[in-house]
Amino acid sequence: MKGLIGRKLGMTQIFDEQGVMVPVTVLEVGPCYVTQLKTPASDGYAAVQLGYGEVPEHRLTKGERGHLKQKNLPTLRTLREFRVREEELAEFKLGQKLLADLFAEGDLVDVTGTSKGKGFQGGVKRHGFNRQPKTHGQSDRERAPGAAGAGSTPGRVYKGKRAPGHMGHRRVTVQNLRVVRVDPERNLLAVRGAVPGPKNGLVMVSLARKNKR
Amino acid sequence: MSYLIQSLENEHVKEELPEIRIGDIVKVHNRIVEGKSERTQVFQGTVIAIKGQGPATSITVRKIGAHGIGVERIFRVHAPRVEKIEVLRHSKVRRAKLYFLRDRVGKRARLKQVRR
Repeated sequence: MKGLIGRKLGMTQIFDEQGVMVPVTVLEVGPCYVTQLKTPASDGYAAVQLGYGEVPEHRLTKGERGHLKQKNLPTLRTLREFRVREEELAEFKLGQKLLADLFAEGDLVDVTGTSKGKGFQGGVKRHGFNRQPKTHGQSDRERAPGAAGAGSTPGRVYKGKRAPGHMGHRRVTVQNLRVVRVDPERNLLAVRGAVPGPKNGLVMVSLARKNKR
Repeated sequence: MSYLIQSLENEHVKEELPEIRIGDIVKVHNRIVEGKSERTQVFQGTVIAIKGQGPATSITVRKIGAHGIGVERIFRVHAPRVEKIEVLRHSKVRRAKLYFLRDRVGKRARLKQVRR
């Protein structure tokens, strides 16, 4: 499966081929380098390791430096793996440079990122619990979670009960976003709709796993 | 805003567009697709509002249609469907949105002309 690493630049609106204005998220993807090919023979599964984001040499550990220098690659900040089918491995070469033109306009893609951290949030915001009445003798109960379960049977709260807690800052994938624009010169990708994470946040783009078309 | 986003937006901004101001009388040439045939429809009226910026800029054009019924259309000025916009006349106005024209009928709905 084809994929790229990049960062989110922000959102805007542009016109698509039909002249309809669509909301898009602009992503800078690549240049990505193929840093390692994992084969069933050597690693037990087939995957392509990609690197993104050139940084000065001293920003990497010795281990990372050695891993890249051995293959005459630039010093890259981020390394991520994309699982591929075994027969697809032949399409990739070690050291190969991948740009935004890996995708075409009209493709459907999945975008994975780390969502914005929301801190400790109550049940209403975190899980969409209903608010309790503001009036009719209520006090300090408006956004309380309410009952957590039944009484002496089962006599405990079930595991996995939705409750207040930390929200956001987790890995989120948005599926089936349409690629509206590809700009290979500036390595830009414009996908329809929103993408998890803040501006400049790291994202991984891959062809949609569950393409509905 | 990131300069990269800006450069992407600029590709969708028309350069040949005339300067449109609030109160201008404009003619908007709009291409409409009916099934397979295409034709250009012209809408002439007063610009009573300008909203948005960059490729998302839109104008609200008001005219008095048949039987004295007010008709307003909103155009995205940078849309490819909008072929041409002609500015016919300017008016002297003192506010950014001319929504008060909706409550006025006949002679009171006129605006002062200016020659520029």
